[in-house]
Amino acid sequence: MSHDLRHDGTSTSAVPTTGTVVLGPTEIQRALTRIAHEIVERNKGTGDVVLLGIPTRGVPLAHRLVERLTAIAATDPGSADPIAPAGELDVTMYRDDLRDHPTRTIGRTQLPPGGVDGKVVVLVDDVLYSGRTIRAALDAISDLGRPRAVQLATLVDRGHRELPIRPDFVGKNLPTSHTERVRVRLAELDGEDAVVIQPAATTPTEGHR
Amino acid sequence: MKHLLSAADLTRAEAVHVLDTAAEMAATQSREIKKLPTLRGRTVVNLFFEDSTRTRISFETAAKRLSADVINFSAKGSSVSKGESLKDTALTLQAMGADAVVVRHQASGAPHLLAHAGWLDAAVVNAGDGTHQHPTQALLDAFTLRRHLAGDPALGATSGVGADLDGLHVAIVGDVLHSRVARSNVALLTTLGAHVTLVAPPTLVPVGVDTWPCEVSYDLDATLADGKPDAVMMLRVQRERMSSSGGGFFPSPLEYSRAYGLDARRLAILPEHTIVMHPGPMNRGLEISAEAADSPRAVIVEQVANGVAVRMAVLYLLLTGQHDATPVPVTTTTTRTEEAHA
Repeated sequence: MSHDLRHDGTSTSAVPTTGTVVLGPTEIQRALTRIAHEIVERNKGTGDVVLLGIPTRGVPLAHRLVERLTAIAATDPGSADPIAPAGELDVTMYRDDLRDHPTRTIGRTQLPPGGVDGKVVVLVDDVLYSGRTIRAALDAISDLGRPRAVQLATLVDRGHRELPIRPDFVGKNLPTSHTERVRVRLAELDGEDAVVIQPAATTPTEGHR
Repeated sequence: MKHLLSAADLTRAEAVHVLDTAAEMAATQSREIKKLPTLRGRTVVNLFFEDSTRTRISFETAAKRLSADVINFSAKGSSVSKGESLKDTALTLQAMGADAVVVRHQASGAPHLLAHAGWLDAAVVNAGDGTHQHPTQALLDAFTLRRHLAGDPALGATSGVGADLDGLHVAIVGDVLHSRVARSNVALLTTLGAHVTLVAPPTLVPVGVDTWPCEVSYDLDATLADGKPDAVMMLRVQRERMSSSGGGFFPSPLEYSRAYGLDARRLAILPEHTIVMHPGPMNRGLEISAEAADSPRAVIVEQVANGVAVRMAVLYLLLTGQHDATPVPVTTTTTRTEEAHA
């Protein structure tokens, strides 16, 4: 319980009163740097890569990955690849659980200028759990165009998949129990970087992603 | 939000939320594939006891873009023309499993009765009742106003997201007496922080208007010149609600047009940024001249497009999320659930 969670006005999530910090700022930075390298390695460069963050916390993560991809490209003067652009993909209207939760606010979908046709789309989300958000994201993408391939990057994979979905790039595998809650807090939205596991049922009505 | 019956039921935060949702809906409508799977398997019934083209088509388009099944029910050619009551019609829709009922009725209060009489579990959307309310029209007008005047129109659909209409001045001109559009707009635009001036001949101003949160003027030229409105909303002269040829509300159509019509001369008085609105259908040559209706400042066609986005937002907000499944039986039609919960 060595966390130091402060409340500030920018926070959009409840401040955890209890919980264990499993990743701190440094670990999150390192994980994202490694994921960026893996994206370059897997796709042999970033020529056709487009990163799409899933709101809310996938969006800043996608932008951070673009920063790292840019830094990686700068160390390789031979690379002529354009910088991979980032966008936002809201999946709310594609979810299969719209009737089981309080009405969800619809987020913004914003594709980079080139769209997704023929590109390699890397979906970016904070926590991978049941896989249902990614199922919705795949449907959303198919309405927006026809990418050459879709890959999945997630900061935390907590297991308990309910669909045949598997991430390509994982920041950290985090074995959890169904009843625990995993919260990702990012400086852009919450004022600090941390991944926190909270014990069972502190806020039972709030949905997980 | 379980039903949408009156624009006056919305708080400022709720209204802004509907408009923000509409902005995201509008953004999806510029895509190649406009259809979203959001309301798959849900049934929306358009229950129209009064003629309507654009409102019915707009709701039908909105529901279909969200993948809901749409059943159109118009009083003409249905059992209503054989004398079926509103209650029996409602019970029939309930038996068919309607999830939302969009109702237009010539009697003020009919949607309220449908929502609260306990006949239906469905969400009820008022698409115009008598001379009472037409909340989705007010929402689409507010959306159009916000997009042009509270944001950067170059941003397109998402212009003005999060904003209200604080400080804007809107002139609503014409047949206020018969206009549910005017009533809904006075309530909603005022809630959103705008200042509304109604302009009409004294015969077309309703009794009790002094209790409305707006100003009333009988002089259009003075209002346009001195009030410098940010938007001018022309209302249709509802001749079908007047007895015959004006019904004694004004001496002649020509005189009405001279005193209260928007023409090229009056258009020239307006500030540069002022937009011209009309809920449609227009009586060209009566309340609005062709020059005004077709001028670049007229956003009348855009209002129709925005209507689809706003109705998509309303259907989304009413049909998703957990709602209390048991209807609240209310015996009198004057009690609003919002008040009961307050």
